[in-house]
Amino acid sequence: MGVQRTYEEINAKIKSGQAVVLTAEEVIGLVEEKGIAEAAASVDVVTTGTFGPMCSSGVFLNFGHPQPRIKMNEVYLNGVPAYSGVAAVDAYLGATAIPLSDPGNRNYPGAFNYGGGHVIEALVAGREIRLEASSYGTDCYPLKKIETVFRLSEINEATLFNPRNAYQNYNVAVNRGDKTIYTYMGILKPRLGNANYSSAGQLSPLLNDPLLKTIGIGTRIFLGGGIGYVAWHGTQHNPGVERGDNGVPRYPAGTLAVIGDLKQMQPRWLRGLSFLGYGVTLQVGLGIPIPILSEEIMAYCAVNDDAILAPVVDYSRSYPYREGGNLGLVSYAQLKSGEISVNGTRVPTAPLSSYAGAREIAATLKEWIRAGKFTLAVPAAPLPSVEAGITFKTLPQRHPEEGGF
Amino acid sequence: MVKQKLVLRFPSTLVEQPVIYHLVKDYDLMVNILRADINPKKEGRLMLELSGGEADYRRALDWLQAQGLTVMNLKQQITWNEGRCTHCGACSVICPSGALILSRPEMTVHFDEAKCVVCELCLKACPARAMETLLENAK
Ligand code: SF4
Ligand code: SF4
Repeated sequence: MGVQRTYEEINAKIKSGQAVVLTAEEVIGLVEEKGIAEAAASVDVVTTGTFGPMCSSGVFLNFGHPQPRIKMNEVYLNGVPAYSGVAAVDAYLGATAIPLSDPGNRNYPGAFNYGGGHVIEALVAGREIRLEASSYGTDCYPLKKIETVFRLSEINEATLFNPRNAYQNYNVAVNRGDKTIYTYMGILKPRLGNANYSSAGQLSPLLNDPLLKTIGIGTRIFLGGGIGYVAWHGTQHNPGVERGDNGVPRYPAGTLAVIGDLKQMQPRWLRGLSFLGYGVTLQVGLGIPIPILSEEIMAYCAVNDDAILAPVVDYSRSYPYREGGNLGLVSYAQLKSGEISVNGTRVPTAPLSSYAGAREIAATLKEWIRAGKFTLAVPAAPLPSVEAGITFKTLPQRHPEEGGF
Repeated sequence: MVKQKLVLRFPSTLVEQPVIYHLVKDYDLMVNILRADINPKKEGRLMLELSGGEADYRRALDWLQAQGLTVMNLKQQITWNEGRCTHCGACSVICPSGALILSRPEMTVHFDEAKCVVCELCLKACPARAMETLLENAK
């Protein structure tokens, strides 16, 4: 049965500066050299990281009341609309929101130079943000309009809450059509001109804990350069997909909802991005420590890019029209080599997620733990995994009259 | 021998001048056109590589400026804002000249401005907008 460790034992070692911490990349070599049992006996924590575009991200803000008070009905931050269908001076700014004046794809492909992701980056950077809010006015909240500027430090709360981050594996996007297409997977040149992928592979958090045996609700994480927590499973969480013998899903599977105080994050790890012809998003730096509770957990963390496969999907037809199917599976080792073969055609590859950034996040988290600044949180509850039997749903499309009330 | 990549900007009044002809005939230069954006009655832009004798090259530049053209070094036209670059690598399959390269296994991106042909594809292909230009009419 080999080594067994508890969170309490690991945290005691962290506090006394004795914990042995390796990144998910470093541990691969150790396991190859010494084997799982010896590696598990010597390592307490493995750190992971990812730094990619994550559209389902945003921040809950509480501005505080002006004098007189206002019940904000419409809110714009640097011209970008925020959702204000919550309490009077609360709002949620989503990463993909764009100004009403943005022409979108009317002059295709749209540039999408500015949006929610950029406002979040500006907030974290401490820059002044223009706030415009309007209201219908009530007896308790008489003010009908306000235009002001503020900085992050001057408002009550800014809570980053990302409903879906850290996708466990993802599609490799190609274009089999005969014109260039502009997607959330980047620019895809026609006739298999390039293949874009977005997972950090062997460093990616959920690929190092494929069955979610350690990552649960309340797990403390690196989020946006500060500290955050796993709040829930993410939207579209789909652990039931086909897996390899190593437990690693072959298709997009688990996701995480994460939360943290924006005020202690860094603009370097929360970056507004503009995807030509697609829209605006936020590049989120996220890293998760994995406690080596047993040899089984160490075996999962030792996964390398050769053993992680992803499907090649045609974004000219198969993906947008839900035609299903794929053009075969490729490994992250092949993807990172710069070229893959699709139906016998050699296709150059490009990442969308920064592997150099993922590596730095895993190394930073390792340093925090080694310095005793970051201890591991015991999950309050597990996340749904394979045995939850989740089935992935598509939206019903029927006439409202058929609905039956 | 001089070999230099340049950008020539023509005011709209000069776009119909046979500039290349003069460079070749009067100054004995070899001209390799990299890119031309020339429309009748609008400001024009010509990116080229000139090579020839040092003295001829200098005289040719003086002549171009005397004609009212703006002459700039092509190398400085596209810049890589390293601080904004997240090393995502998305540009590496878009850049046609190999100026933006993803090094493996480091997985970091480098910009080799000597290889850049100022096609401007990276300006909007870079999601972090880390590629910048001084060219006003780059849109
Ligand atoms: S696309 Fe932009 S951010 Fe990404 S590596 Fe290239 S220059 Fe850097
Ligand atoms: S302008 Fe064109 S050649 Fe120069 S770096 Fe950008 S994509 Fe490459």
